[in-house]
Amino acid sequence: MAEPLAQPAVASSAAQAAGTAPTGAPILEARQVTKEFVIGGNALRRGRIAAVDKVSLTLSDQPPQIISLVGESGSGKTTLSRMLLGLTPPTSGEVLFRGKNLNGLTREEWDLYRSQVQPVFQDPYGIYNPFYRIERVLEVAARNFKLASSRDDMRQKIEEALRAVDLRPTDIIGRYPHQLSGGERQRVMLARLYLLRPRIIVADEPVSMIDVAVRTLFLNILIDFRDKYGISCLFITHNLSTAYYLGGRIMVLCFGRVVEQGEIDTVIRNPAHPYTQQLLRSVPSSDPDKRWTDKMDMRTVERPLTHEANKCVYIERCPFAMPVCSQQRPPDYEVNGSQRSACFLHDPRYAGRVREA
Amino acid sequence: MKTTSTPAAPAAPAPARRHDGAQRELLRISDMRIWYTTVAGEAKVVDGVDVVINRNELFGLAGESGCGKSTLVEGVLRLIKTPGYIKSGQAIFYRTSPDTGQEIGVDLASISMSEMRRLRWSHIAYVPQGAMNSLNPVMRIEDQIIDAIIEHSKVSRREAREKMLERLDMVGLPASVARMYPHELSGGMKQRVTIAASVTLSPELLVADEPTTALDVNVQRVILQELKDIRARLGLTIIYVSHDMAVHAELADRMGIMYAGVMMEVGATGDVFKDPLHPYTQGLIRSIPDIGKPRVRVEGIPGLAPSPLNWPAGCRFHPRCPFAKEVCKREEPKLAPLDLATIAPQAQRPGRHAAGRSVACHLYTEKWNE
Repeated sequence: MAEPLAQPAVASSAAQAAGTAPTGAPILEARQVTKEFVIGGNALRRGRIAAVDKVSLTLSDQPPQIISLVGESGSGKTTLSRMLLGLTPPTSGEVLFRGKNLNGLTREEWDLYRSQVQPVFQDPYGIYNPFYRIERVLEVAARNFKLASSRDDMRQKIEEALRAVDLRPTDIIGRYPHQLSGGERQRVMLARLYLLRPRIIVADEPVSMIDVAVRTLFLNILIDFRDKYGISCLFITHNLSTAYYLGGRIMVLCFGRVVEQGEIDTVIRNPAHPYTQQLLRSVPSSDPDKRWTDKMDMRTVERPLTHEANKCVYIERCPFAMPVCSQQRPPDYEVNGSQRSACFLHDPRYAGRVREA
Repeated sequence: MKTTSTPAAPAAPAPARRHDGAQRELLRISDMRIWYTTVAGEAKVVDGVDVVINRNELFGLAGESGCGKSTLVEGVLRLIKTPGYIKSGQAIFYRTSPDTGQEIGVDLASISMSEMRRLRWSHIAYVPQGAMNSLNPVMRIEDQIIDAIIEHSKVSRREAREKMLERLDMVGLPASVARMYPHELSGGMKQRVTIAASVTLSPELLVADEPTTALDVNVQRVILQELKDIRARLGLTIIYVSHDMAVHAELADRMGIMYAGVMMEVGATGDVFKDPLHPYTQGLIRSIPDIGKPRVRVEGIPGLAPSPLNWPAGCRFHPRCPFAKEVCKREEPKLAPLDLATIAPQAQRPGRHAAGRSVACHLYTEKWNE
């Protein structure tokens, strides 16, 4: 326990060796990806900011899994998902599809990528063309991926897909997007995935715009996809409760860096990074008998996070900040089984200060 | 503004009255209907809401998108714009006269806009959805707040400035924030500025519509903490509108749950969460994933939220209700105080709290056994 994993790059390959991807290369992998943006208009004052800062993750379908990527606004979660989807090239590091850099995929490999990695976006209102009927997104998918042998076959497959996501085909087919609710539109997106049967779904905040009562329907479908069809999912969210409901693994992203990761049950029971601890303290409880009794200090919420390469991002807000935290970037420490935390508190040299009482 | 109000409702204020006892009413909304004229007919967004808000309480108004919760508070604050209008209903607000200390009832739904204007800021404050984004980007924070204070009270510029600094301090913002422009502040700070500004004139009622929805969870927590503080320090009454049930569990003293333009259930927050009465409330509470609880699969509430152009006949929830029977399709249940004697056997629960609870469901009336 508490041994620093020498280099994060090594850590990720160690994780593979530990069993996340025993059979060949994982389907999708990010190795030390960084995305920098230029900020400030003036050429003299222009700076660079790393929206995603050396993040590594592995998405495998052996066994199928759900990984939740949790982060607040500005943590870089959408940028990371865009890099995984090949929509934005990383500044450094690489995104690999079956061991091959997305940059160098041939046309055929791209086709394979698209059939195996599929996105679900946040805004169910922005993704449909208002001039076409809803079923068009399903028909186009079926046609482009040559899933149906005839019109009847296509119709049948579309109806089956809609039923698989708890929608009645008669309620959906023939309608226009504005006639459906946000929850229904998001589920039609899942019906599309049911048709395509990708190996991996990258879902960026898919339930943040739909009501609670239908939200669980959506989440249940993702769980069913994993259990019945072996589809893995990278679920990107700001909502810890939703991530907990899905189970699986969690990665906590803070200002572009992964500060903690592990099995979600372990992390929620025993958060190792001060940032995760604070996040958990802020989640409102649905039990009125367990209201917050302590007060959260506003300064721990609003002090600026830092992007300096040789510091911990969380240093300004951290109640346990030590001199070393401003001298080097904390490496990943193994805390508890597969739980890892990028925090010096888990270094034996600074032991004794570990965790809140 | 078009007010097709009840026929010749007396515009004269209701007689002055004093209240004794622990719970004094501040706002009594009765049979409030707020409709929108559309090409497809009347959209009955709020369609007969009855609810009473007591003094000094933090009242949580819950419901999913489209249930009419925002429209209800906008109606009460007279902010509905055409093609919307107040079809009928009353909202009696018992304002405290600053001179005599007497409480005088005024019907917010029928008073003139200039009277309403006099109540704003000084008696009723409103933090609308996305308020933090409505700060003027080219004015310093202080100028925006001071202008509003002067507009709504008789104080001098100097006094207004002092007042403002006091309130900024109350929400934990340093005085230097006053000299800043909105773009220099984070989202959480802007939202705190709008809350501080809204209570500068010590209103009796603060209506906050989803004030933390776009904010990060840590910032949300701090803002909720501050709302509680402000209420305690100023003796405010707060109506907190939010779709997030967990926030209500954390914050509200009492709460009301709306569905399809009507109030389905009202009660103390503890009662509502531990023993929800209405099948809709039950579904809603079941649907909240909770980190503390063991992970179980929940099915949510199947079916669709209905359209305000065409609410279902009878109980508006019946097409989605697991208990619905004939009477529910035929007759709309009215929100009524819970009477333990009339509850249908299948809805009985041992040790149920009945005091101060209301529900609009046939399971709790004699109709069920007919």
